[in-house]
Amino acid sequence: MLEKNTLGEYLYEHGVSRRAFMKYCAAITSLMALPPQMVGKVAAALEQARRPSVIWLSFQECTGCTESLARAHAPTLESLIFDAISLDYHHTLQAASGVGAETARLEAMSENAGGYILIVDGSIPLADDGYSTIAGISNRQMLLEAAENAGAVIAVGSCASFGGLPHAAPNPTGAVSVSDVLPDTTVVNISGCPPIPQAITGVLAHVLTFGGLPDLDDLHRPKAFYGQNIHDRCYRRPFYERGEFAETFDDEGARQGWCLYKLGCRGPLTHNACATLKWNNSTSFPIAAGHGCLGCSEPNFWDAGGFYNAVSIGRWGSREALLGALAGGAALGIGSALAARAKQKKAASEREESAS
Amino acid sequence: MSAPDLSDVQPASCSGNVELLLHEIRHALRRLSLGGSGTSIDLGSLPFAPGEQEQLLEVLGEGEVSADVRVLGHSAVRETQLPGVWLVTHYNASNGVMATLIEVARIPEILLAQPQDMTRGINHLEVRLGVDGRHSDA
Repeated sequence: MLEKNTLGEYLYEHGVSRRAFMKYCAAITSLMALPPQMVGKVAAALEQARRPSVIWLSFQECTGCTESLARAHAPTLESLIFDAISLDYHHTLQAASGVGAETARLEAMSENAGGYILIVDGSIPLADDGYSTIAGISNRQMLLEAAENAGAVIAVGSCASFGGLPHAAPNPTGAVSVSDVLPDTTVVNISGCPPIPQAITGVLAHVLTFGGLPDLDDLHRPKAFYGQNIHDRCYRRPFYERGEFAETFDDEGARQGWCLYKLGCRGPLTHNACATLKWNNSTSFPIAAGHGCLGCSEPNFWDAGGFYNAVSIGRWGSREALLGALAGGAALGIGSALAARAKQKKAASEREESAS
Repeated sequence: MSAPDLSDVQPASCSGNVELLLHEIRHALRRLSLGGSGTSIDLGSLPFAPGEQEQLLEVLGEGEVSADVRVLGHSAVRETQLPGVWLVTHYNASNGVMATLIEVARIPEILLAQPQDMTRGINHLEVRLGVDGRHSDA
C-alpha cells in the first residue's frame, strides 16, 4: 500500500532524530557514489519522498540476488531503505503464500497503478511457458502484466539483466532477459552474479531521492556502480602498468600481489564496483583474494571462454587459433568453427603441458 | 563487526593513493584555513590495496578531540593530529562500517545540533514545565 506520508514524516514519527537522518543521508550519499557535498540535497529530497510500493518477482533464479541483499552487512541502512518502501510482494521474504500472496500482488498493482516499482530477478523461459510458473501463471505472462502499469522496472542480477546462467549454451529453456520480454520499456539492469547489495539499494535510494532513474550506460546499468571497469579501479593496476604479472597462482609474482591479467582476470572487460565497494562488509573482493575477476556482470560471461584464459587470448585459446577460425570461417562456415574449437582444445592442452 | 585481519593471506601491493590523498587533504586544509569552505572525502570511493587505508590513518594520527555519536548504531568522530582534519566513521547497529569520511572542517556536520531536534527538545521542556511556548518570544 502506498503510504500518504513522506519519508521525513515517517522517520520523525518513529523517533528518528534529524541528526540520525543526516547520518542516514551521509551513508546513502556514499552508497549512491555521489560526492559527500551532495548530502544536504539528498536530505532535502528524501525528506519529501513518498513511500513507493515495490513488487519483486522471482523467475528462473537461485535466490542468490535476494541473499546478497538480505545478508548485506548494513542492516540498519538496508532496513531503513526497506522501511522507506512498501515491499508488497516477494516470494522469499513475504509471510503470505498461495492465494493470499497473489491477492496482495494484484491489490498492490491495482492501488498503485503507474507508480509501483517492479523488481525482477531471474530469467524468463520462452521455449515453453510451462518451464517456470507461479500460481499457474507463466513467468512471461506475469512479467507482462506486472510491467504494464509499473512506474519503474529494475532487473536484479545477471539472469534478469542478460539471461545469465540459464541463458548459457545450449540454453535448454530458451531463457531471456527482462528487456528481451519488454523491448519498449527502459529496464534498469543491476547485473552481477549476484550484484553488489549496495548497487541494489543504491538504485532504490536514487529512485526514492530523485523520483527517477539514475544515469545508465549502454547496457542500461547505473553508471554510479558500472561506469568504470574493475581494471581501472583495481589496486593492482600499477603492476599492470609496469608489466609485472603473476604467471601462475603460486609463483613469486602472485605472492607479491602482481597483476592477474595473464591468469584470466576479466577486470579490463568488466564494469562493476567490486574494486571499491568490495564484498562482505567491504572486507575483500576476488582479486584481493588472489583470483581474477570472472566478469559476472557482463552479458554471456558464462560462454565467454575459459575463466583462466587471458583476455588477449579469449575464447579461441591462442592467436593462431583465432586467426585460423577467422580465415576458415570466411571460407568454410560452420566447419571452420569446429576446426577452431579443435585448435582451442589443442592450445589448451599444450598450455597445460607447458604449465605442468 | 570489525573487519578481519587478512594481512597473512592477502598479497601486499600498493595503489599509490595514500600520497595523492595526503596532497588533497593539504589543499583542502589550506583552503579552510584561509576562510574557504570545508571538504569531505569519501574513502569508500577510492581503491586501496590491503593495508593502505590503515597506512593513511597512521599518517593522519590522533588529535585532541574525539566524540561518539549514538544514532543508528554509532559514529566515531576523531580529530587527527592535523587540526581541522577529522576522521568520521559511520557504523550500523551491527558495527559494520556504512561510510568512512575524511572531513576537513572546523567541526564535522554530524556533531552540530539540528534545528528540528532543538525544537523537539524545547517542546519536551515545555511539557515538563507546563508552559505554553506558542506565545513566547524567546
